[in-house]
Amino acid sequence: MTSRRSGGARTAGAVPYLFLAPAMVLFTLFMAVPIVYTAYLSLRRTKVSGLGLGKNSRTEIFVGLDNYAAAVTDGELWAGWLRVLGYGLLVLAVMLGLALLFALLLDSAHVRLARFSRIAVFLPYAVPGVAASLLWGFLYLPSLSPIRQVLDIDLLGTGAVTFSMANVAVWGGVGFNMLVLYTNLRAVPRTYYEAARIDGAGEIQIALRIKIPIMLPAIILTTVFSIIATIQVFTEPTTLRPLTNTISSTWSPLMKVYRDAFVTGDLYSAAATSIVIAAISLVLSFGFLRIVRNRAFGEG
Amino acid sequence: MTTTTAVRAGNRATGTRKRGPYGIAPTAILLLGALYCLLPVSWVLIAATKSKAELFSTSTFAPGTGLLSNIADLADYRDGVFWLWMLNTLLYAGGGALLSTAVSAVSGYALAKYSFRGRNLIFNLLIGGILVPAVVLAIPQYLLFSKIGLADTYWSVLLPQILHPYSIYLARIYATAAIPDALLEAGRIDGAGHWLLLRRVALPLMLPGMVTIFLFQFVAIWNNFLLPFIMLGDDQKFPLTVGLYTLLAAGANQPSLYNLILTGTLISIIPLIALFLTMQRYWRTDLAGGAVKS
Repeated sequence: MTSRRSGGARTAGAVPYLFLAPAMVLFTLFMAVPIVYTAYLSLRRTKVSGLGLGKNSRTEIFVGLDNYAAAVTDGELWAGWLRVLGYGLLVLAVMLGLALLFALLLDSAHVRLARFSRIAVFLPYAVPGVAASLLWGFLYLPSLSPIRQVLDIDLLGTGAVTFSMANVAVWGGVGFNMLVLYTNLRAVPRTYYEAARIDGAGEIQIALRIKIPIMLPAIILTTVFSIIATIQVFTEPTTLRPLTNTISSTWSPLMKVYRDAFVTGDLYSAAATSIVIAAISLVLSFGFLRIVRNRAFGEG
Repeated sequence: MTTTTAVRAGNRATGTRKRGPYGIAPTAILLLGALYCLLPVSWVLIAATKSKAELFSTSTFAPGTGLLSNIADLADYRDGVFWLWMLNTLLYAGGGALLSTAVSAVSGYALAKYSFRGRNLIFNLLIGGILVPAVVLAIPQYLLFSKIGLADTYWSVLLPQILHPYSIYLARIYATAAIPDALLEAGRIDGAGHWLLLRRVALPLMLPGMVTIFLFQFVAIWNNFLLPFIMLGDDQKFPLTVGLYTLLAAGANQPSLYNLILTGTLISIIPLIALFLTMQRYWRTDLAGGAVKS
């Protein structure tokens, strides 16, 4: 040991960099390089000369923004965006609405069985998306469905399938979002509410005027994460697909990326489309943050 | 009368649960929510006990007699590949979450307790990663892995999931709140080096936070479908999610496989629900306001 008396934070030298080295190496290898590589691929395309036979007949050429132009004007992709938009609005409104309602109810002093309800609502978080889709998929299946005995709708048919899929996402996501909001509420000093009660405010007024404003950063954070997850929806429709023919292989934009890359083998289109999806995710989440004045990451 | 009760209940910090002005409505709404969340899980629990014939003939919530034979059928399916999927999932989720927690904790500690050139730049770069969609990464990751011959290996699923920007963000908040500067200073005065301070002072204090990070990562990797679906071709290396999907894709039009799929689904969620119920007190998500107490 050196006899240095105060090797304080300012003289740490290379130490913090060493501590951060694993994260930075992983960041470079598994984030930076793949992003750059995707961008590179998205600007290229295979050119087939002659009959496409022989060694040098296939060459990779630079095509500029052609792949993007194709991705932006692709009717199939647009249809996918529209489906996901409808699905996403439904999921965001219902899931976050329920999460907020449950968090407020749990935090109020007037409920019984709060602990049980909290655990029960959070439980689906532990069920993988694939398993959740399987569970609900079987519950939707006409031959098995107990729901069919009450409602006479084909839950996997054209009219209902968006709602059925949104239900899977709401079921899986409401507990996690509820927990984020609820933990946030528990950190609020109880004295705020007492003061309001003495001033004559009712429980609903307290919720609307005090609790929701206090939770705003957490609400924004959960909304941003939900928007990102919704734009990239893949697992649920992919898992439900074998059970119905209402869900096409390009139902969501991400499913089209998968099909382009691994079924049709057109990596360049897939790369361009995934950059477009990323850009839309970023624009929507930053746009949303901007609208609500950057309060979510204020502390970071 | 009602008002005085409400005020009195409010005055007590942990007041006894009194019925509020809205009667039992709040409790009823919450219980409906709980019912909605529990119903599908309880349905699969019952459906997995039904034999092939019972699945379609008996009433939905009537338990059947076929649980053991369903499990036996599942164990026989393709020479017991289901148990291999289970082990693989445990390996991916356990190993991945451990490594991820270690990397996040050390990074978070360095970012919280050292000041150095480029600190904000590095933090912002890492945090920017939260917003990068998985899809942009998965395809080139697959291509790069295939170039170096690592596609379709355990590494291809394990390695990309170690870095988790969100966990680094959490770890930084925990480290800031849980490690007093005075303690580090005292350690330095006693002659402890940086490495010793990390191991003996910082990490023990961050332990509750690290458990939270581990749990979230474990669940995230256990539930991941996209990455292994893209990376793996060999079903011997599949995790449960991809395995169950292939089982469904193979059996969607074969009601004879329904029992296997339902039993497999049940068995695949039991470990996580068990983990979830035993580790309940560690689930902390109060990151939004930075109000983290260890």
